[in-house]
Amino acid sequence: MKIFPGLTVCEHCDAVYERRPLAAGEVARCRRCGAVLYRASGLDVERWLALTVAAAIVFLIANVYPIIRISLQGLHNEATLWQSVAALVHGAAAPIAVPTALSIILIPFLQIALLLWVLLYARQGRRAPGFAQAMRMLVALRPWSMIEVCMLGILVAVIKLSSYMQVAPGPGIWATAALMVLLTLIANRDIHWLWDLTAPRQADA
Amino acid sequence: MPESTAPPATARHLGVVACHDCGLVCEDWLDASPHAGCPRCGAPLHRRRPDSIARAWALLLAAVVFYIPANVLPVMYTRMLGEGSESTIMSGVLQFWQSGSYGIALVIFIASVAVPCTKFLVLGLLLVTAQRRSTWAMRERARLYRLVEMIGYWSMLDVLVVAIVAALVKFHALSDIEPRIGILFFGIVVILTMLSSMSFDPRLIWDGENPHE
Repeated sequence: MKIFPGLTVCEHCDAVYERRPLAAGEVARCRRCGAVLYRASGLDVERWLALTVAAAIVFLIANVYPIIRISLQGLHNEATLWQSVAALVHGAAAPIAVPTALSIILIPFLQIALLLWVLLYARQGRRAPGFAQAMRMLVALRPWSMIEVCMLGILVAVIKLSSYMQVAPGPGIWATAALMVLLTLIANRDIHWLWDLTAPRQADA
Repeated sequence: MPESTAPPATARHLGVVACHDCGLVCEDWLDASPHAGCPRCGAPLHRRRPDSIARAWALLLAAVVFYIPANVLPVMYTRMLGEGSESTIMSGVLQFWQSGSYGIALVIFIASVAVPCTKFLVLGLLLVTAQRRSTWAMRERARLYRLVEMIGYWSMLDVLVVAIVAALVKFHALSDIEPRIGILFFGIVVILTMLSSMSFDPRLIWDGENPHE
Protein backbone atom coordinates (compact mmCIF):
# COMPACT_ATOMS: atom_id res chain seq x y z
CA MET A 1 0.00 0.00 0.00
CA LYS A 2 1.36 3.38 -1.05
CA ILE A 3 1.45 6.07 1.60
CA PHE A 4 1.54 9.85 1.21
CA PRO A 5 3.15 11.42 4.27
CA GLY A 6 3.17 14.81 2.50
CA LEU A 7 -0.63 14.97 2.36
CA THR A 8 -3.27 15.60 4.96
CA VAL A 9 -7.02 14.97 4.76
CA CYS A 10 -9.58 17.07 6.61
CA GLU A 11 -11.32 14.75 9.09
CA HIS A 12 -14.50 16.76 8.81
CA CYS A 13 -15.06 17.05 5.06
CA ASP A 14 -12.55 14.79 3.23
CA ALA A 15 -10.68 17.65 1.50
CA VAL A 16 -7.03 16.87 0.65
CA TYR A 17 -4.17 19.29 1.22
CA GLU A 18 -0.41 19.27 1.02
CA ARG A 19 1.20 19.48 4.41
CA ARG A 20 3.51 22.38 5.02
CA PRO A 21 5.49 23.46 8.04
CA LEU A 22 3.81 26.05 10.26
CA ALA A 23 5.39 28.89 12.20
CA ALA A 24 4.91 28.85 15.99
CA GLY A 25 1.31 29.51 16.98
CA GLU A 26 -0.05 28.99 13.46
CA VAL A 27 -3.07 26.81 12.76
CA ALA A 28 -3.87 25.16 9.44
CA ARG A 29 -7.59 25.28 8.74
CA CYS A 30 -9.62 23.56 6.06
CA ARG A 31 -10.71 25.99 3.35
CA ARG A 32 -13.92 24.11 2.65
CA CYS A 33 -15.38 23.48 6.13
CA GLY A 34 -13.25 25.61 8.45
CA ALA A 35 -12.14 22.75 10.74
CA VAL A 36 -8.62 22.68 12.16
CA LEU A 37 -6.33 20.45 10.07
CA TYR A 38 -3.26 20.60 12.28
CA ARG A 39 -1.50 23.04 14.57
CA ALA A 40 2.06 24.08 15.09
CA SER A 41 3.16 22.34 18.25
CA GLY A 42 4.05 25.00 20.79
CA LEU A 43 5.87 22.41 22.88
CA ASP A 44 8.97 20.37 22.21
CA VAL A 45 9.13 16.87 23.61
CA GLU A 46 11.23 17.90 26.63
CA ARG A 47 8.71 20.49 27.80
CA TRP A 48 5.82 18.21 27.01
CA LEU A 49 7.38 15.49 29.14
CA ALA A 50 8.07 17.95 31.97
CA LEU A 51 4.44 19.07 32.00
CA THR A 52 3.33 15.42 31.96
CA VAL A 53 5.46 14.68 35.02
CA ALA A 54 3.93 17.73 36.72
CA ALA A 55 0.46 16.46 35.79
CA ALA A 56 1.29 13.07 37.35
CA ILE A 57 2.24 14.76 40.62
CA VAL A 58 -0.87 16.96 40.84
CA PHE A 59 -2.99 13.97 39.85
CA LEU A 60 -1.69 12.15 42.91
CA ILE A 61 -2.40 15.12 45.19
CA ALA A 62 -5.85 15.65 43.68
CA ASN A 63 -6.73 12.03 44.43
CA VAL A 64 -5.26 11.71 47.91
CA TYR A 65 -6.33 14.94 49.59
CA PRO A 66 -9.92 16.03 50.24
CA ILE A 67 -11.37 18.50 47.75
CA ILE A 68 -13.93 20.06 50.11
CA ARG A 69 -14.45 20.17 53.90
CA ILE A 70 -17.81 21.01 55.45
CA SER A 71 -18.96 21.67 58.99
CA LEU A 72 -22.50 21.80 60.34
CA GLN A 73 -23.34 22.39 63.99
CA GLY A 74 -20.05 21.08 65.25
CA LEU A 75 -19.92 18.09 62.90
CA HIS A 76 -17.23 17.93 60.26
CA ASN A 77 -16.80 15.95 57.09
CA GLU A 78 -14.58 15.97 54.02
CA ALA A 79 -14.52 14.17 50.70
CA THR A 80 -11.93 13.19 48.09
CA LEU A 81 -12.60 12.49 44.42
CA TRP A 82 -12.62 8.76 45.18
CA GLN A 83 -15.17 9.20 47.95
CA SER A 84 -17.35 11.20 45.58
CA VAL A 85 -17.38 8.30 43.16
CA ALA A 86 -18.01 5.86 46.02
CA ALA A 87 -21.00 7.93 47.18
CA LEU A 88 -22.77 7.02 43.94
CA VAL A 89 -22.44 3.28 44.57
CA HIS A 90 -25.22 3.18 47.17
CA GLY A 91 -28.77 2.84 45.97
CA ALA A 92 -30.40 2.25 42.62
CA ALA A 93 -28.20 4.66 40.66
CA ALA A 94 -25.05 2.60 41.43
CA PRO A 95 -24.04 1.81 37.79
CA ILE A 96 -23.41 5.52 37.15
CA ALA A 97 -20.38 5.22 39.44
CA VAL A 98 -18.53 3.37 36.66
CA PRO A 99 -18.54 6.12 34.00
CA THR A 100 -17.94 8.69 36.74
CA ALA A 101 -14.84 6.89 38.00
CA LEU A 102 -13.64 6.50 34.43
CA SER A 103 -14.13 10.11 33.40
CA ILE A 104 -12.61 11.86 36.40
CA ILE A 105 -10.03 9.34 37.69
CA LEU A 106 -9.12 6.40 35.48
CA ILE A 107 -9.06 8.06 32.07
CA PRO A 108 -7.01 11.08 33.22
CA PHE A 109 -4.64 8.57 34.88
CA LEU A 110 -4.34 6.53 31.68
CA GLN A 111 -3.75 9.66 29.59
CA ILE A 112 -0.90 10.73 31.87
CA ALA A 113 0.60 7.23 32.05
CA LEU A 114 0.44 6.64 28.28
CA LEU A 115 1.93 10.05 27.52
CA LEU A 116 4.76 9.47 30.00
CA TRP A 117 5.51 6.13 28.33
CA VAL A 118 5.39 7.48 24.77
CA LEU A 119 7.29 10.70 25.51
CA LEU A 120 10.10 9.05 27.49
CA TYR A 121 11.02 7.14 24.33
CA ALA A 122 10.16 9.95 21.89
CA ARG A 123 12.73 12.08 23.69
CA GLN A 124 15.39 9.85 22.17
CA GLY A 125 13.59 9.80 18.82
CA ARG A 126 12.41 6.23 19.39
CA ARG A 127 9.03 4.55 19.43
CA ALA A 128 8.12 3.00 22.77
CA PRO A 129 7.04 -0.66 22.81
CA GLY A 130 3.31 -0.60 22.06
CA PHE A 131 3.63 2.90 20.57
CA ALA A 132 0.83 2.41 18.00
CA GLN A 133 -1.60 1.04 20.60
CA ALA A 134 -0.72 3.82 23.04
CA MET A 135 -1.26 6.52 20.41
CA ARG A 136 -4.58 5.01 19.32
CA MET A 137 -5.72 4.80 22.94
CA LEU A 138 -4.80 8.44 23.55
CA VAL A 139 -6.99 9.45 20.60
CA ALA A 140 -9.88 7.27 21.80
CA LEU A 141 -9.72 8.39 25.45
CA ARG A 142 -9.64 12.13 24.84
CA PRO A 143 -13.41 12.81 24.59
CA TRP A 144 -14.07 10.88 27.82
CA SER A 145 -11.66 12.77 30.05
CA MET A 146 -13.76 15.19 32.12
CA ILE A 147 -11.56 16.88 34.70
CA GLU A 148 -12.75 20.34 33.62
CA VAL A 149 -16.38 19.30 34.10
CA CYS A 150 -15.40 17.87 37.49
CA MET A 151 -13.85 21.21 38.46
CA LEU A 152 -17.07 23.05 37.58
CA GLY A 153 -18.99 20.39 39.53
CA ILE A 154 -16.86 21.06 42.61
CA LEU A 155 -17.58 24.80 42.36
CA VAL A 156 -21.31 24.22 41.94
CA ALA A 157 -21.27 21.85 44.94
CA VAL A 158 -19.49 24.48 47.05
CA ILE A 159 -22.10 27.11 46.20
CA LYS A 160 -24.96 24.65 46.65
CA LEU A 161 -23.87 23.66 50.15
CA SER A 162 -22.67 27.06 51.35
CA SER A 163 -26.23 28.24 52.01
CA TYR A 164 -26.74 25.44 54.57
CA MET A 165 -23.32 24.96 56.16
CA GLN A 166 -19.73 26.12 56.34
CA VAL A 167 -17.71 25.02 53.35
CA ALA A 168 -13.93 25.20 53.09
CA PRO A 169 -11.69 24.17 50.18
CA GLY A 170 -9.32 21.25 50.77
CA PRO A 171 -5.87 20.82 49.17
CA GLY A 172 -7.46 18.56 46.55
CA ILE A 173 -9.40 21.42 44.98
CA TRP A 174 -6.21 23.32 44.08
CA ALA A 175 -4.62 20.17 42.74
CA THR A 176 -7.72 19.43 40.65
CA ALA A 177 -7.61 22.96 39.22
CA ALA A 178 -3.91 22.54 38.38
CA LEU A 179 -4.61 19.11 36.89
CA MET A 180 -7.31 20.63 34.69
CA VAL A 181 -4.84 23.15 33.24
CA LEU A 182 -1.99 20.64 32.83
CA LEU A 183 -4.16 17.94 31.30
CA THR A 184 -5.51 20.44 28.77
CA LEU A 185 -1.94 21.38 27.86
CA ILE A 186 -0.60 17.84 27.54
CA ALA A 187 -3.57 15.82 26.26
CA ASN A 188 -5.77 18.21 24.26
CA ARG A 189 -3.17 18.78 21.59
CA ASP A 190 -2.27 17.46 18.20
CA ILE A 191 -0.30 14.29 18.89
CA HIS A 192 0.09 13.14 15.27
CA TRP A 193 3.50 14.73 14.82
CA LEU A 194 4.99 12.22 17.26
CA TRP A 195 4.59 9.69 14.47
CA ASP A 196 6.86 11.73 12.20
CA LEU A 197 9.27 12.60 14.97
CA THR A 198 9.84 8.97 15.85
CA ALA A 199 9.65 7.61 12.28
CA PRO A 200 12.39 5.13 11.41
CA ARG A 201 14.68 6.29 8.58
CA GLN A 202 13.11 4.27 5.74
CA ALA A 203 9.49 4.62 6.75
CA ASP A 204 8.32 5.25 3.21
CA ALA A 205 9.20 1.78 1.98
CA MET B 1 -4.38 27.48 3.46
CA PRO B 2 -4.78 30.80 1.70
CA GLU B 3 -3.18 30.52 -1.75
CA SER B 4 -5.54 29.03 -4.33
CA THR B 5 -9.29 29.55 -4.37
CA ALA B 6 -10.43 26.47 -6.30
CA PRO B 7 -12.35 23.96 -4.15
CA PRO B 8 -9.96 21.33 -2.78
CA ALA B 9 -10.06 17.80 -4.15
CA THR B 10 -11.52 15.16 -1.84
CA ALA B 11 -9.76 12.02 -0.71
CA ARG B 12 -12.49 9.93 -2.33
CA HIS B 13 -11.81 11.53 -5.74
CA LEU B 14 -8.06 11.12 -5.49
CA GLY B 15 -8.38 7.49 -4.45
CA VAL B 16 -6.72 7.95 -1.08
CA VAL B 17 -7.98 7.36 2.43
CA ALA B 18 -6.80 8.87 5.73
CA CYS B 19 -6.43 6.82 8.90
CA HIS B 20 -8.93 7.94 11.56
CA ASP B 21 -6.47 7.30 14.35
CA CYS B 22 -3.07 8.52 13.21
CA GLY B 23 -3.98 10.68 10.19
CA LEU B 24 -1.69 8.91 7.70
CA VAL B 25 -2.90 9.25 4.11
CA CYS B 26 -2.69 5.98 2.15
CA GLU B 27 -3.76 4.62 -1.20
CA ASP B 28 -7.39 3.48 -1.13
CA TRP B 29 -7.47 -0.32 -1.58
CA LEU B 30 -10.69 -0.80 0.28
CA ASP B 31 -12.53 -2.16 -2.76
CA ALA B 32 -10.01 -4.99 -3.07
CA SER B 33 -9.50 -5.58 0.66
CA PRO B 34 -12.33 -4.09 2.73
CA HIS B 35 -10.65 -4.92 6.04
CA ALA B 36 -7.35 -3.22 5.30
CA GLY B 37 -5.58 -1.68 8.27
CA CYS B 38 -3.47 1.45 8.48
CA PRO B 39 0.13 0.53 7.53
CA ARG B 40 1.44 2.81 10.28
CA CYS B 41 -0.78 2.28 13.35
CA GLY B 42 -2.90 -0.76 12.43
CA ALA B 43 -6.32 0.87 12.91
CA PRO B 44 -8.97 -0.34 10.45
CA LEU B 45 -9.26 2.00 7.45
CA HIS B 46 -12.58 3.21 6.09
CA ARG B 47 -13.71 6.02 3.82
CA ARG B 48 -16.63 6.94 6.08
CA ARG B 49 -17.38 5.78 9.60
CA PRO B 50 -19.17 2.42 9.23
CA ASP B 51 -23.01 2.51 9.34
CA SER B 52 -22.70 6.10 10.45
CA ILE B 53 -26.30 7.20 9.92
CA ALA B 54 -27.97 4.07 11.30
CA ARG B 55 -25.78 4.00 14.42
CA ALA B 56 -26.11 7.72 15.09
CA TRP B 57 -29.92 7.52 14.75
CA ALA B 58 -30.18 4.50 17.04
CA LEU B 59 -28.06 6.09 19.76
CA LEU B 60 -29.83 9.42 19.43
CA LEU B 61 -33.32 7.90 19.71
CA ALA B 62 -32.24 5.83 22.71
CA ALA B 63 -30.93 9.01 24.34
CA VAL B 64 -34.23 10.83 23.73
CA VAL B 65 -36.14 7.93 25.30
CA PHE B 66 -33.90 7.89 28.39
CA TYR B 67 -34.20 11.66 28.69
CA ILE B 68 -37.81 11.23 29.87
CA PRO B 69 -37.09 9.22 33.06
CA ALA B 70 -34.01 11.39 33.60
CA ASN B 71 -36.27 14.42 33.98
CA VAL B 72 -39.31 12.82 35.62
CA LEU B 73 -37.57 10.71 38.26
CA PRO B 74 -35.76 12.29 41.22
CA VAL B 75 -31.99 12.65 40.90
CA MET B 76 -31.26 13.39 44.53
CA TYR B 77 -32.69 12.94 48.03
CA THR B 78 -31.89 15.73 50.46
CA ARG B 79 -32.51 15.85 54.18
CA MET B 80 -31.44 19.07 55.81
CA LEU B 81 -32.00 19.34 59.57
CA GLY B 82 -34.74 16.73 59.72
CA GLU B 83 -36.91 17.43 56.67
CA GLY B 84 -36.36 15.13 53.70
CA SER B 85 -37.27 15.77 50.06
CA GLU B 86 -36.48 14.41 46.61
CA SER B 87 -35.59 16.71 43.75
CA THR B 88 -35.55 16.34 39.98
CA ILE B 89 -33.20 18.18 37.64
CA MET B 90 -35.70 20.96 36.92
CA SER B 91 -36.75 21.35 40.56
CA GLY B 92 -33.08 21.72 41.49
CA VAL B 93 -32.69 24.53 38.95
CA LEU B 94 -35.88 26.23 40.20
CA GLN B 95 -34.70 25.98 43.80
CA PHE B 96 -31.52 27.88 42.98
CA TRP B 97 -33.48 30.43 40.96
CA GLN B 98 -35.98 31.08 43.74
CA SER B 99 -33.28 31.43 46.36
CA GLY B 100 -31.69 34.16 44.24
CA SER B 101 -28.66 32.21 42.93
CA TYR B 102 -29.41 33.09 39.32
CA GLY B 103 -25.90 32.43 38.01
CA ILE B 104 -25.69 28.91 39.36
CA ALA B 105 -29.28 28.17 38.27
CA LEU B 106 -28.29 29.23 34.77
CA VAL B 107 -25.12 27.08 34.75
CA ILE B 108 -27.05 23.97 35.78
CA PHE B 109 -29.88 24.77 33.37
CA ILE B 110 -27.44 25.12 30.47
CA ALA B 111 -25.53 21.94 31.30
CA SER B 112 -28.54 19.74 32.12
CA VAL B 113 -31.33 21.03 29.88
CA ALA B 114 -30.07 23.36 27.15
CA VAL B 115 -27.02 21.28 26.10
CA PRO B 116 -28.79 17.89 25.84
CA CYS B 117 -31.80 19.42 24.02
CA THR B 118 -29.51 21.31 21.62
CA LYS B 119 -27.70 18.05 20.91
CA PHE B 120 -30.93 16.22 20.16
CA LEU B 121 -32.06 18.93 17.73
CA VAL B 122 -28.69 19.44 16.03
CA LEU B 123 -27.94 15.73 15.60
CA GLY B 124 -31.48 15.17 14.29
CA LEU B 125 -31.04 18.01 11.81
CA LEU B 126 -27.61 16.78 10.69
CA LEU B 127 -28.88 13.24 10.24
CA VAL B 128 -31.99 14.23 8.25
CA THR B 129 -30.05 16.58 5.95
CA ALA B 130 -27.24 14.03 5.46
CA GLN B 131 -29.76 11.34 4.54
CA ARG B 132 -31.32 13.63 1.92
CA ARG B 133 -27.83 14.50 0.65
CA SER B 134 -28.79 18.12 1.07
CA THR B 135 -26.36 20.80 -0.11
CA TRP B 136 -28.02 23.44 2.08
CA ALA B 137 -25.74 25.46 4.43
CA MET B 138 -22.95 22.86 4.49
CA ARG B 139 -20.36 25.09 6.14
CA GLU B 140 -22.82 26.07 8.86
CA ARG B 141 -23.84 22.46 9.43
CA ALA B 142 -20.16 21.51 9.69
CA ARG B 143 -19.77 24.22 12.31
CA LEU B 144 -22.84 22.97 14.21
CA TYR B 145 -21.30 19.49 14.33
CA ARG B 146 -18.07 20.83 15.80
CA LEU B 147 -20.10 22.78 18.36
CA VAL B 148 -21.95 19.63 19.44
CA GLU B 149 -18.66 17.74 19.76
CA MET B 150 -17.29 20.50 21.96
CA ILE B 151 -20.22 21.06 24.35
CA GLY B 152 -21.42 17.46 24.68
CA TYR B 153 -19.57 16.27 27.76
CA TRP B 154 -20.39 19.32 29.92
CA SER B 155 -23.76 17.69 30.62
CA MET B 156 -21.99 15.30 33.00
CA LEU B 157 -21.94 18.26 35.40
CA ASP B 158 -25.10 17.25 37.26
CA VAL B 159 -23.85 13.71 37.83
CA LEU B 160 -20.62 15.03 39.33
CA VAL B 161 -22.40 17.58 41.53
CA VAL B 162 -24.64 14.85 42.96
CA ALA B 163 -21.59 12.63 43.58
CA ILE B 164 -19.70 15.36 45.42
CA VAL B 165 -22.54 16.60 47.64
CA ALA B 166 -23.62 13.03 48.42
CA ALA B 167 -20.05 12.22 49.51
CA LEU B 168 -19.90 15.29 51.76
CA VAL B 169 -23.27 15.47 53.45
CA LYS B 170 -23.39 12.34 55.57
CA PHE B 171 -24.51 13.37 59.08
CA HIS B 172 -26.94 10.52 59.47
CA ALA B 173 -29.46 11.80 62.00
CA LEU B 174 -29.13 15.44 61.06
CA SER B 175 -28.56 15.84 57.34
CA ASP B 176 -28.06 13.48 54.49
CA ILE B 177 -27.87 13.60 50.69
CA GLU B 178 -28.23 10.49 48.54
CA PRO B 179 -28.26 9.90 44.77
CA ARG B 180 -31.51 8.67 43.23
CA ILE B 181 -32.22 6.63 40.09
CA GLY B 182 -32.86 9.68 37.84
CA ILE B 183 -29.15 10.52 37.84
CA LEU B 184 -28.39 7.11 36.31
CA PHE B 185 -30.78 7.80 33.43
CA PHE B 186 -29.32 11.25 33.01
CA GLY B 187 -25.78 9.86 32.82
CA ILE B 188 -26.93 7.33 30.23
CA VAL B 189 -28.41 10.18 28.14
CA VAL B 190 -25.08 12.02 28.17
CA ILE B 191 -23.10 8.92 27.19
CA LEU B 192 -25.56 7.98 24.42
CA THR B 193 -25.55 11.47 22.88
CA MET B 194 -21.74 11.51 22.96
CA LEU B 195 -21.64 8.10 21.23
CA SER B 196 -24.21 9.29 18.71
CA SER B 197 -22.21 12.36 17.71
CA MET B 198 -19.04 10.22 17.51
CA SER B 199 -20.80 7.76 15.19
CA PHE B 200 -21.95 10.52 12.87
CA ASP B 201 -19.41 11.13 10.12
CA PRO B 202 -19.22 14.88 9.38
CA ARG B 203 -17.99 14.12 5.86
CA LEU B 204 -21.52 12.96 5.05
CA ILE B 205 -22.51 16.64 5.26
CA TRP B 206 -20.41 17.27 2.13
CA ASP B 207 -21.19 14.11 0.19
CA GLY B 208 -24.32 15.68 -1.28
CA GLU B 209 -22.04 17.76 -3.49
CA ASN B 210 -21.12 14.73 -5.56
CA PRO B 211 -24.37 13.16 -6.76
CA HIS B 212 -22.83 10.13 -8.51
CA GLU B 213 -21.34 8.49 -5.44
